[in-house]
Amino acid sequence: MSENNNGEIKKVSIIVSKGSLEGIYPALIMANGARMEGIEATLFFTFFGLDAIIDKRMDKVKVATVGNPGMHIPTFIGAIPGMSAFATSQMKKEMEALDIPPIREFIEMIHDTGADIFACKATVDMFHLKKEDFCEQVDEIISVGQFYEKSAGAEIIFT
Amino acid sequence: MATKQFNGRAVEVDADGHLADRVDWDEALAGVIAEEAGVGELNDRHWLVINFMRKVFDETGDAPSIRRLTKESGVPTKELYALFPKGPAKKAAMIAGLPKPTGCI
Repeated sequence: MSENNNGEIKKVSIIVSKGSLEGIYPALIMANGARMEGIEATLFFTFFGLDAIIDKRMDKVKVATVGNPGMHIPTFIGAIPGMSAFATSQMKKEMEALDIPPIREFIEMIHDTGADIFACKATVDMFHLKKEDFCEQVDEIISVGQFYEKSAGAEIIFT
Repeated sequence: MATKQFNGRAVEVDADGHLADRVDWDEALAGVIAEEAGVGELNDRHWLVINFMRKVFDETGDAPSIRRLTKESGVPTKELYALFPKGPAKKAAMIAGLPKPTGCI
């Protein structure tokens, strides 16, 4: 088990399934936070979550301004062209002030802490992607079965 | 407040086991805490991180977490984890005689 007798967590496996800024960051913060506490961490990117590790897309991830009640703006305003880019740049300013790095730098840092970074094979096949489409920190493209094998003894967190 | 013995010297510590009062800290004590924390003997690179932590704490009142260490201490992430295995920010703060960093990143 991932817990010893004190209930202490030893290992986490975090699944990232969403491709929006607010979908990706919580997972990255939790993975990095785990490593800071000496907890082993694995990140598994699937579906639109892959945007966080696709070399050409990872610098362009945006906040969802439509269909996102948390933004507290009406959907038709969120749909105005440029709204998502505006909200994203505002949020990035706030994040930098809190020492939250841009996605590319964050992924590099998390990988350097010793965390493993995997891409989901089913999605990679579905989107016709190749290993070279990803940033260099991606360790491997793995199947769901391999994900479970690698997650032995871990708490699995789905985001 | 709990008291902990370091090399026969009683020192007050907080709930996380970090020094309760910085005035108790000196370089010799840092060496003892490092041994106990599994970091081993402190070298120049360890000291670079420890001194940076103490400097930031003097300025901000909080020990830096891993992003700030990576960006500004002059020691990259990989090396930080090699120098202070299992949680560099936390361990370096402990050795530096500072409370646990409160930052999440």
